[in-house]
Amino acid sequence: MPINYEDNIYEVIRNRERCINCRVCERQCANLVHKYSAETGEMVSDSMTCVDCQRCVSLCPTKALKIIKNINTYRDNANWSESAIKSLYKQAESGGVLLSSMGTPEPYPVYWDKILINASQVTNPSIDPLREPMETRVSLSRRPQNVERDGEGNIVNTIKNALTLSVPIMFSAMSYGSISYNAHKSLAIAAKKLGIFYNTGEGGLHRDFYEYGANTIVQVASGRFGVYKDYLDAGAAVEIKMGQGAKPGIGGHLPGEKIVDDVSKTRMIPKGTDAISPAPHHDIYSIEDLRQLVFSLKEATNYTKPVIVKIAAVHNIAAIASGIARSGADIIAIDGFRGGTGAAPTRIRDNVGIPVELALACVDTRLREEGIRNDIALVVGGSIRNSADIVKAVALGADAVYIATGALLALGCHLCRSCHLGKCNWGIATQNPELVKRLNPETGSVRLINLVTAWKHEIEEMMGGMGINSIEALRGNRLMLRGIGLTNKELEILGIYHAGE
Amino acid sequence: MKKEGQIRIPSGCAISGIINKDGRRIDGSGISKSIAVMHDRSNGLGGGFAGYGIYPEYKDYYAFHIFFTDAEAKRQCETFIESHFDIINQSELPTKKIPEITDEPLIWRYFVTPRPAKLLESQLDEEEYTLRCVFVMNTRYSGVFVFSSGKNMGVFKAVGFPEDVARFYRLDEYAGYSWIAHGRYPTNTPGWWGGAHPFAILDFSVVHNGEISSYDANRRFIEMFGYKCTLQTDTEVITYIWDYLVRRKKLTLTEAAEVIAAPFWEKINAMPDKDRERLTYLRTAYPSLLVTGPFSIIVGFKGGLLALNDRLKLRSMVAAEKNQTVYIASEECAIREIESSFDKVWAPVGGEPVLVRLNGDLS
Repeated sequence: MPINYEDNIYEVIRNRERCINCRVCERQCANLVHKYSAETGEMVSDSMTCVDCQRCVSLCPTKALKIIKNINTYRDNANWSESAIKSLYKQAESGGVLLSSMGTPEPYPVYWDKILINASQVTNPSIDPLREPMETRVSLSRRPQNVERDGEGNIVNTIKNALTLSVPIMFSAMSYGSISYNAHKSLAIAAKKLGIFYNTGEGGLHRDFYEYGANTIVQVASGRFGVYKDYLDAGAAVEIKMGQGAKPGIGGHLPGEKIVDDVSKTRMIPKGTDAISPAPHHDIYSIEDLRQLVFSLKEATNYTKPVIVKIAAVHNIAAIASGIARSGADIIAIDGFRGGTGAAPTRIRDNVGIPVELALACVDTRLREEGIRNDIALVVGGSIRNSADIVKAVALGADAVYIATGALLALGCHLCRSCHLGKCNWGIATQNPELVKRLNPETGSVRLINLVTAWKHEIEEMMGGMGINSIEALRGNRLMLRGIGLTNKELEILGIYHAGE
Repeated sequence: MKKEGQIRIPSGCAISGIINKDGRRIDGSGISKSIAVMHDRSNGLGGGFAGYGIYPEYKDYYAFHIFFTDAEAKRQCETFIESHFDIINQSELPTKKIPEITDEPLIWRYFVTPRPAKLLESQLDEEEYTLRCVFVMNTRYSGVFVFSSGKNMGVFKAVGFPEDVARFYRLDEYAGYSWIAHGRYPTNTPGWWGGAHPFAILDFSVVHNGEISSYDANRRFIEMFGYKCTLQTDTEVITYIWDYLVRRKKLTLTEAAEVIAAPFWEKINAMPDKDRERLTYLRTAYPSLLVTGPFSIIVGFKGGLLALNDRLKLRSMVAAEKNQTVYIASEECAIREIESSFDKVWAPVGGEPVLVRLNGDLS
């Protein structure tokens, strides 16, 4: 028998004094870590398959469980880290591409954490959001060049298809298939009640969710799964997915196991077949082709819906965004490289793309230099973790943000980064009916609403502190930001001063 | 220490304005008395005035008032002016040496009109051509600041208390149908006369009290369209916003006020259809020109004045009317100083503009 080089990463610690052998952990774990031993009358655990999703820990009625890192230690090596060695063993064993889920866990700089926000003192007053109106509403659309008037000289409202958000937050694209029916339903209900939007991702729109169409962004990706007239008509906006921050330059792959009944119907592909999105759109090999797709979609929807073009943050992002701003698109969405994914090749996720903070800053600056920033709205995503990140993003120049990992965390995700295994114990990234039903869409939507409402309050407090009572006056207001511990070059790209300046 | 323009200096202030709707021209002593009452609202680091209707004999020509730090700056700038404009008249701006005002730069006045061939070649209209030339002079040459560039109007400003600035510029020798004034309380020593108010571009001039929290959002928007905020002050960016919305985008003054101090959405949504449509459009089309934070401003333009408070009214501002004259000031005492009884005195509501125009076409 060959040697098994694989080692468990986590270890289950069970407090025998507390454990009552109720077998909850056994029933909750789709990875089959826990099992009851009839011989000993005690629970036993196999840590080998544990992904540290914390489901058993959360549900254990006596708090008898703890998951810790395996303290087994390889010989120290600053160059060949333990994870580098383990990855190599895995590939030597399998001959395959390493797969991962969610955003990169590697210790790249998080620029949000190196930016500080301003507040008023003496020379102008801060504003108390509990006593004064505080506006977080934003509209996303192309903005007109010239004012049109009717015969009597009244201004004609020519902006007909703006997306209006009560707060500058939207739920980012996650396909039905990569996440569950109940996860989608939670997002749809929450988006509707919050007056914001959620995004179908590339997997089509389940029939049941057409009723949430007014709060839905329907996505058209390179695989064109589930795209047909009713689908385009159902949404409030259409998003062309050119790229994803977690895996710029490549397509997607939803394994056949996840293409079950409804997923297959919604995606319009046979059951059990792999859903493979090509790396490029095969009708878009250049910017002029993108323009044609933008207008094809506008024609198909009779110019009633804004078109979003979503791109991954890559090195030449400013020039690409400039091209898109001139393509007829209404909104550009930029996805930073710390953004999540349901499955991506590890090496791509951890090495390709650039942080969204720098991408946002350079795109906003570039569009202003070209005098076209007001023509288009800018949405950013790729690891927005809290309300302060949003305030910083808006002050750097974003009209709104996309959140996805944050939304999943609100639904119970513990970032075990094993979505690609399809055994999500929280009922989110799985199509297993037994697991899916663990997520109650009513409860889930309430948690999402709570999250966005809490962030809205915090955004209002920070705006009030700066003496700003409309989020519009914060957008691109970079003097409200200062860098901390950043180099001159980083400050230059972000377009902000250092703290103390 | 960095001089103004290299760093943003917030300041508190006093403002005052007078307009005779019948076009009757009055000298600058009244406005000077008015602003002087609010002495404690400024700290001697900036004062200034703008008068409209003061150059009737040159009313068809742009009047450039320019600060030069030295003769070399003046020589370079004049070369530029001569190649782009026909100069009808040029002279030193008349001033009086007084102990309260020191360190004055060279202050010159030029009445000019664009050179027809250059104008044609630029493919711009006369106003845009002139505006762009002003920005070239203010950014290309160090030590040059064109602080007044309108027709039949002029700005007079300096480092000092406003009442001293009025004496320095001999404002009692000018007569205008409207005047605005400013006393400044900067939180830093500007040391450069350009930083004083009013700010003016073409016929628009603005005096402002407050510190706007939207400054950089407004600045970064307006700079997309050829404006250069060379002094980094709130008033400068507000002046350019008025020019952009009214002259470039052809909004009415009231519509421009609806962009700058837009009503809250809650209020807009409860409005009758026509108003709701207009305001929804304006807020959606020009969200980056909403000005937040405290401000009270008086905007001077050809043939009128407009006063506007921020939508929360975080700065005091009072208006009054007596016969054909309208007065506006930060404090009521500044109005009562120059007129004892009124037909009407009121505190304009935040976000609602007070627009006063000359009767008929008297400008």
